Amino acid sequence: MADRDPLYEVSREIVGADFQSSGDISGELKKILLQAGFPPPFIRRIVIAAYEAEMNVVIHAFKGTFTTVIYHDKVHININDEGPGIPDLELAFQEGYSTAPPHVRELGFGAGYGLSNMRKCSDALEIDSRVGVGTRVSMDFLVNSQRDGAEVEK
Amino acid sequence: MTLQEIKDILEAEVLVGGNKDLKAEPSSACGSDLLSDVLAFSKERSLLLTGLTNPQVIRTAEMSDLIGIVFVRGKRPDSATLDLAGVKKIPILAPRLPMYEACGRLYRSGIRGCSEVK
Repeated sequence: MADRDPLYEVSREIVGADFQSSGDISGELKKILLQAGFPPPFIRRIVIAAYEAEMNVVIHAFKGTFTTVIYHDKVHININDEGPGIPDLELAFQEGYSTAPPHVRELGFGAGYGLSNMRKCSDALEIDSRVGVGTRVSMDFLVNSQRDGAEVEK
Repeated sequence: MTLQEIKDILEAEVLVGGNKDLKAEPSSACGSDLLSDVLAFSKERSLLLTGLTNPQVIRTAEMSDLIGIVFVRGKRPDSATLDLAGVKKIPILAPRLPMYEACGRLYRSGIRGCSEVK
């Protein structure tokens, strides 16, 4: 089934604490998704979730790998980082809870909406985290006629 | 209402954007110094009013499909922020008005808030 094969796959390295380049990967992803011709509301929710996830690695981890796999009717994003991990996932999902340091809050981040926003934007979100080792975030986005205002050809 | 009209209402200087860019019309507007809030609650084609001037504001506008940014209270972003806005083609307006007054003028002129549009 050719339709089930990925159309495109791209992997990028994220450098922790690099606030100059942070956003480059999500920005590149936006360009690729626009070129692929996906509906704008679909692209918007992917790119917002991608940027939240990218910033989380920059803010909290040492480094990470950001992989995107694009299919004709869905997009999969996987982010693996080496970092402190998340001790209490339930708490981390709580809106308003954040462990971001003051210099990150000064940039306008760290309000504690990142994970819940990623969950809101995606159709499936999985997080595996090991304290002292790192975190893996996996997100799936399915083109949805109601949510994205466009039907995809099956 | 176009960004050009908004520029006049706010008596703002244009830091990034040509005449053509200023013909764009925002769907709504929001005022925030929390980028997390903008990412979670803004609507596409919104105009952002903010006191933050770091490059991540431009990134946030790019990811959220915002139509332009207003840096309130006469704040001047550094060249990295302005260069990025130029590359991403995101118009920047800079009024002397503080946040509340800038938001108030636009709201009075009929621009809706993000929670008021679909």
